[in-house]
Amino acid sequence: MSEQSVAAGRPSHDPLTPVLSDTWDADRSWTLQAYRDHGGYAGLRAALAQEPADVVATVKASGLRGRGGAGFPTGMKWGFLPPPDGGPRYLVVNADESEPGTCKDIPLMMASPQALIEGVAITSYAIGCHHAFIYVRGEVLHVYRRLLRAVEEAYAAGLLGKDVQGSGFDLEVTVHAGAGAYICGEETALLDSLEGLRGQPRLKPPFPAVAGLYARPTVVNNVESIASVPSIVARGADWFTSMGTERSAGYGLFSLSGHVTRPGQYEAPLGTTLRELLDLAGGMRGGKALKFWTPGGSSTPIFTDAHLDTPLDYESVAKAGSMLGTRALQIFDETTCVVRAVSRWTDFYAHESCGKCTPCREGTYWMKQVLARIEGGQGTEADLDLLLDTCDNILGRAFCALGDGATSPVTSSIELFRAEYEAHITGGGCPFDPAAAALFDYTSRPSSRVLTAGVH
Amino acid sequence: MTTTPVKKASGDAAVPPAPADQVTFTIDDIEVAVPKGTLVIRAAEQIGIQIPRFCDHPLLAPAGACRQCLVEVSAPDREGNVRPMPKPQASCTLEATPGMVVKTQRTSHVADKAQHGIMELLLVNHPLDCPVCDKGGECPLQNQAMSNGRATSRFVDVKRTFPKPISVSTAILLDRERCILCQRCTRFSREIAGDVFIDLQKRGAAQQIGRFDEAVLDFAPPAGQEPGDRPVGLALEDESGQPFASYFSGNTVQICPVGALTGSAYRFRSRPFDLVSTPSVAEHDACGSAIRVDHRRGVVLRRLAGDDPVVNEEWITDKDRFAFSWQSAPDRLTHPLVRDREVSADGTVTRGELRSASWAEALEIAGDALARARDAGGVGVLPGGRLTVEDAYAYAKFARVVLRTNDVDHRARAHSAEEADFLAHAVAGSGVGVTFTELEHAPAVLLVGLEAEEEAGVTFLRLRKGALQHGLRVFSVAPFASRGLERAQGTLLPAAPGTEAEWLDGIASGDRIRTLAEASTGDDPLAAASDALREPGAVVLVGERLAAVPGAYSAVLRAVDATGARLAWVPRRAGERGGVEVGTLPGLLPGGRPVADVAARADVAAVWGLDDDGLPAAPGRDTDEILDALSVGHLRGLVAGGLELDDLPDPVHARRALEAADVVVSLEVRRSAVTGLADVVLPVAPPVEKAGTFWNWEGRVRPFRAALDSTAMADHRVLDALADAAGVPLGTATPEAVAAELGRLGSWEGARVAPPEAVSTDLPAVEPGTAVLASWRLLLDDARGQDGERYLAGTAKRPVARMSATTAAAVDVFDGESVRISTDRGDVVLPVVVTDMVDHVVWLPQRSAGSQVHATLGARPGDVVRLAAADAAADARTVGGEDA
Repeated sequence: MSEQSVAAGRPSHDPLTPVLSDTWDADRSWTLQAYRDHGGYAGLRAALAQEPADVVATVKASGLRGRGGAGFPTGMKWGFLPPPDGGPRYLVVNADESEPGTCKDIPLMMASPQALIEGVAITSYAIGCHHAFIYVRGEVLHVYRRLLRAVEEAYAAGLLGKDVQGSGFDLEVTVHAGAGAYICGEETALLDSLEGLRGQPRLKPPFPAVAGLYARPTVVNNVESIASVPSIVARGADWFTSMGTERSAGYGLFSLSGHVTRPGQYEAPLGTTLRELLDLAGGMRGGKALKFWTPGGSSTPIFTDAHLDTPLDYESVAKAGSMLGTRALQIFDETTCVVRAVSRWTDFYAHESCGKCTPCREGTYWMKQVLARIEGGQGTEADLDLLLDTCDNILGRAFCALGDGATSPVTSSIELFRAEYEAHITGGGCPFDPAAAALFDYTSRPSSRVLTAGVH
Repeated sequence: MTTTPVKKASGDAAVPPAPADQVTFTIDDIEVAVPKGTLVIRAAEQIGIQIPRFCDHPLLAPAGACRQCLVEVSAPDREGNVRPMPKPQASCTLEATPGMVVKTQRTSHVADKAQHGIMELLLVNHPLDCPVCDKGGECPLQNQAMSNGRATSRFVDVKRTFPKPISVSTAILLDRERCILCQRCTRFSREIAGDVFIDLQKRGAAQQIGRFDEAVLDFAPPAGQEPGDRPVGLALEDESGQPFASYFSGNTVQICPVGALTGSAYRFRSRPFDLVSTPSVAEHDACGSAIRVDHRRGVVLRRLAGDDPVVNEEWITDKDRFAFSWQSAPDRLTHPLVRDREVSADGTVTRGELRSASWAEALEIAGDALARARDAGGVGVLPGGRLTVEDAYAYAKFARVVLRTNDVDHRARAHSAEEADFLAHAVAGSGVGVTFTELEHAPAVLLVGLEAEEEAGVTFLRLRKGALQHGLRVFSVAPFASRGLERAQGTLLPAAPGTEAEWLDGIASGDRIRTLAEASTGDDPLAAASDALREPGAVVLVGERLAAVPGAYSAVLRAVDATGARLAWVPRRAGERGGVEVGTLPGLLPGGRPVADVAARADVAAVWGLDDDGLPAAPGRDTDEILDALSVGHLRGLVAGGLELDDLPDPVHARRALEAADVVVSLEVRRSAVTGLADVVLPVAPPVEKAGTFWNWEGRVRPFRAALDSTAMADHRVLDALADAAGVPLGTATPEAVAAELGRLGSWEGARVAPPEAVSTDLPAVEPGTAVLASWRLLLDDARGQDGERYLAGTAKRPVARMSATTAAAVDVFDGESVRISTDRGDVVLPVVVTDMVDHVVWLPQRSAGSQVHATLGARPGDVVRLAAADAAADARTVGGEDA
């Protein structure tokens, strides 16, 4: 199905383009055998027959952009490595998927870990790395186990280790489990954590390409980016650019969650729209109206039904005032209280702030309390301006992008739903029934005074 | 480029043409040129623009954590168009680049708003307890909240709190709720001192500076590796799970930008605005560290590190910081004392009790008695090693002019004639030699007879800085690798006491391989050291302890000659170098002039207004010889300065010598063993109450003025009065008079004393049950300079006996058990720490509580002592063995 011809014009009009997810429905899809039965490791064979520089050129030509959220061109990132100096250089795969709403890498690694490993092998060959690391979010123990098993299988099959496939290329792969910190998805914090240090972002420069893991040149890429490499190498850059848009080439996993009939992973060309995806997902749950949604996880400013036809590519989403991020589409229908949703997200950021810099550490601590007060009906009109001003004092002032992310839901929701905030303040509490938004029977918390004494 | 074309005439940056490695850019429309790599916040300081900051510290690596120093920045892109950066930048992490345009809070609304925002956020979780906080009044947070913060807070929610306070050690307390998590303290302990004892824990708003806590950090203390350096007092555990011990922890209190870290001794004692501050120089070691003495109504309340980039940078040892109450101890002498003697009918003389006397009476009695003793046989002078240059000069002149003798020696420690020759040849009158800065940038430094962290604290910090930042390689000839050596990434040249000269001669001859074992492993520290010392700029640092090793000083000179390395002598005490320079040695006159040289004597005689042959020509006695001569009656009197008998190699003998003297005149700050034996006690001022000058080991002149108003007189003034009483004018009444005279004397330009050529003595035989004694002073020990500081005392290292596993096994003691170290004189019982060190050697602290090597054992390093398992431990093992 994925090989079907593509119309000459772009964007592609195929609603779905399963490449990474193509094998997910296979029997025991996570095994090496199943992966090979579906054409796996063709990319590695093709890569090993080329010069590494040619592999890099192919990926550059494909226009593949980082799938971890920032959308930085992957081939260009590889090109930032300094020329080889005889010392080691590393590939580190960022599999610390922790963003609220984001749920693409974990199913990918569960269902098709060999796709990632093949990508790791090709990328390592391309950039001259002989020891690659996969940093997996520690909470997903089952994924960690599956990856370990997959790496073991690949070693046994001669796809990793000494003299990969008789090519003379050596590659060790280490799978490392994180210890449960959102910050370790930030690439430099990830490197510190991988080195056994406290996971906090590093001062840049030097950038990882120059001095990354163990102060050596390092490429840090997202799981989906790396897993996309084999298909590009096997089928060519032109095939890849035939999908998606001019500047957002290829396909990607769109993760629909929340109030949709069939939540899940929808692999589609970049530039698709929520309307198209909702059609595929069976529409809104119970036929309710769409209220707001995140295009790329909780750190991206929220959209409303006005954005149903916004093409989901980097440029269009940015133009509409948000970010494509990780294509984590959290869908909220009309039963949802936006204040409540934003308050929970803010709790997350307060809990996960690493504490290194003042704005993120103190700002999220403060906003958490203000939002809890507003939701509990004890807010004041001045609190909304306070929230906006505090966001202004965090955005662009924090050490890393996580502080910026914490402000997105607050500012965007106040901008779009100010009246709803005011209703909480003037009405002395939340006008919504939390149970109505829940997927299951729900007993709401006793609505006593919400005062958070310290953090927990 | 849009840099301001008009160069400001007043800006000194504009005067010299900018060299190639200069960067020119603008801050608030003012053009500034700085060396490449300069941070924007530093460049702003240079033109007088203060950007508020907390985590930034010029001597620590940039962190960018607090975000207080945000500024608005534009920079030229590749085409040269100046484009604004999308976000405000932290000026403490941003290096200036050519053509950059920086706008601080003075000219940019964005920067000002960003700074106000950060300040408000910092105060969200900061308690409003300034009225009871030690830092209140000198607090960067308080000050910058006023200058760059909102007038009122919008925060009405719940603040994060913590139980108060954590005692990090007996000397350092931590109030976590005040902490703004700038990480200065953790960065200091990691980057500067290398004693990593506190670190960040948890995250978000729960993030805190914390101690080692297994429950939090989730790892157990390492098994087996007992470093032995445990503090005496209770302390939190460091990152390795060992109780925290650091000699530099007080610096974290000083650099804390809020009141989170406080010193136990100063906590709640004072308000900064009530204090009068006086810059001064630390008196505890020969480094000459700049300090600041803060006092209120005549009472010193604290001391802080001064900022002296060429000496101690901004760091001092905890001893320099906390040990000052000795100067106002209850046993402080306030008026002269005299002791009457009674002659009974049978002619025996008994000494009475000391009684108070007027200055006139005391001086008259002392003057007469000294004149009589001088005429009856002679009077020696032991001024001690802690004098200022002015005081030492007065003693040197008093000995020659009033007592007409060269029997003067400030060395109250193990010493030798070889050392005197070494000092006369290589140190006296040599001016400023190796400097701290040169030390830091040297390719290699060899330490001989010197444990830098214990005996010259900030010198250790410089060595460590050099090792970490400039690739300096440190080598140490010592019996074991101390923690200090390890933290300076040093290499040990393992030497039993007495074998130092062998190593030095090996280095001099460039020997490659010492032993077959080393040949087989390819590990040859001797070759490494001898190659490294031949690199230009290499330095040999020699400690005073080498005086106890015959032939070692001579070998140092041979090694320095052969390798071309530079040499510096690093004594322990603040007055040692000054004493060498102004003539408180039996063979040296002021300016490094050899006593034996006629022309040198004539020089001095001329300035002192004497005949050409007016100075005594015979070389004098050194400390040992003076004490010997006193005990047999060849000398009849003694003038003692700040002399502690227990510092001397044989305190028992010294006591007998003083008892035998006809007259002992003691110039002291406090009652001491010497004043207990003295016939006349003349009180003198401690450093805090007088002006003076130390010469540090570099040879750098370190003047200081009196911090406190006082009627106490400095030694030089008392000696001047005493000389008057003896009928001889001394002319040392004021520091100015001394300085003028020293200026007229200048330094000696004639022939120097020949280098010593002492030979090593045969090493003593080590019988079973014995070991060679190794020992040195710890920074914090039983010395009287630390009296009255119980908080500081708790951070001293617990006295232990170190020996190798072989040595311990030979006397059947296990790690942690007690061992009895004994001589014919006495014994010391200490817990054993089995250490990777040379065999058949036992190391003890020289003057710590329960480990008084000189006083109890009557032994010197290099002597053979007996070892035995102490009874309790042996018994316990016997019982345990039977059970098993």
